[in-house]
Amino acid sequence: MQITLTINDKLVIWDVEKDEILADTLRSHGLLSVKKACETSCCGLCTVWVEDKSVLSCTTLSVRAHGKKITTIEGVSKDAEDFARVLTAEGSEQCGFCSPGFVMNVLAMKKELVNPSDKEIIHYLTGNLCRCTGYMGQLRAVKTYLGVQ
Amino acid sequence: MFTLSDLVQPEKLETAYQVLTNKRNNTILGGCAFLKMGSKRISTAIDLSNLNLNYIKEQDGFIEIGAMTSLRELETHILLREQFNGLLPKAVSSIIGVQFRNCVTVGASVFAKYGFSDVITALLALNTEVELYKGGRMPLADFLKQPKVKDILVRLWIKLDTRQATYLNLRKSASDYSILNVAVSKLDNQWTIVVGARPRRASIAIKASAALSQRSLSDAEMEEAANQAAEELAFGTNMRGTAEYRKALCKVLVKRAIMEVASECK
Repeated sequence: MQITLTINDKLVIWDVEKDEILADTLRSHGLLSVKKACETSCCGLCTVWVEDKSVLSCTTLSVRAHGKKITTIEGVSKDAEDFARVLTAEGSEQCGFCSPGFVMNVLAMKKELVNPSDKEIIHYLTGNLCRCTGYMGQLRAVKTYLGVQ
Repeated sequence: MFTLSDLVQPEKLETAYQVLTNKRNNTILGGCAFLKMGSKRISTAIDLSNLNLNYIKEQDGFIEIGAMTSLRELETHILLREQFNGLLPKAVSSIIGVQFRNCVTVGASVFAKYGFSDVITALLALNTEVELYKGGRMPLADFLKQPKVKDILVRLWIKLDTRQATYLNLRKSASDYSILNVAVSKLDNQWTIVVGARPRRASIAIKASAALSQRSLSDAEMEEAANQAAEELAFGTNMRGTAEYRKALCKVLVKRAIMEVASECK
């Protein structure tokens, strides 16, 4: 089946299987920041944006992305780098395994919430599991990055 | 992970229904989150994405919600945040994470009649009807009692009334399924007590609701209604809790929910 997507501002036409998930499609075309881990739709590692909304690419069928705008961390590299520097400065980059999905969701939150409270930040990021469980460091980094107290 | 032999994206409900009923293992796709955890072999999958069923709107005294509306849209829509003390946003806001809620759809959650569902519990506490393509419009409570049939849930209708409501649950961790969930609402003097994730599907505690509607709202009477709900409903055991634990939890959560709604009504 052929689908047309705009991946990181680039129009592409790809052949996909009907039951192929978006994470596999993106990885097969070299977008290796997109990772799969939990297989139960609950860890957030595979987060990408479809039409600027965070979604789980391990749960989204590629055919459903036809005609849509897809953004991976490669498409927001400047913002991702800025946030990654804050994560490092706060000592919360840890093993880095969850970082691609985490960064994508933090950047989505930045666009959606204005001056969020701790509670709102934690709630928004609940779907991103950190295998190192360093959530306090991550919260500190997110607040620094967003410029909230 | 499920497998598909074929996938169609019809632009008419009639076509979707024809394909659905053509073969036993033809299946409607919702958000696919639960489906992907199994290994179902689907002959033809039917994706409703092209049917414009992704909307929430107010119409003729009802809130109309298309079947393909995501749980995240239920959570953030201004109309739902303002109605019924934000019952529906509250009920869905603890379901895994934002990314998950952007994927899964209200139609699939309701049509599948999942026992663990948070959203069904909340919808039952409101005056909610489901609209099926073939089966037509019926109260959600009636739909939940019916055996599963091959049909398409097209939209939900929620009566816009002045009901006060709340939703409570207990989870072992933030993104786990509810061990038990409770929704309570009050319209004029009519109370509705709903308990879900028992782990069976949500159900209205009819006797407790009726009894509470006849009573004044002293602490003892609220507790009695909560106890009555726990006695009236059946509970089961699974890896998240025993039937006994759920029954005990039911008494606590129902009483708290009644107190919250009573406080809103003052």
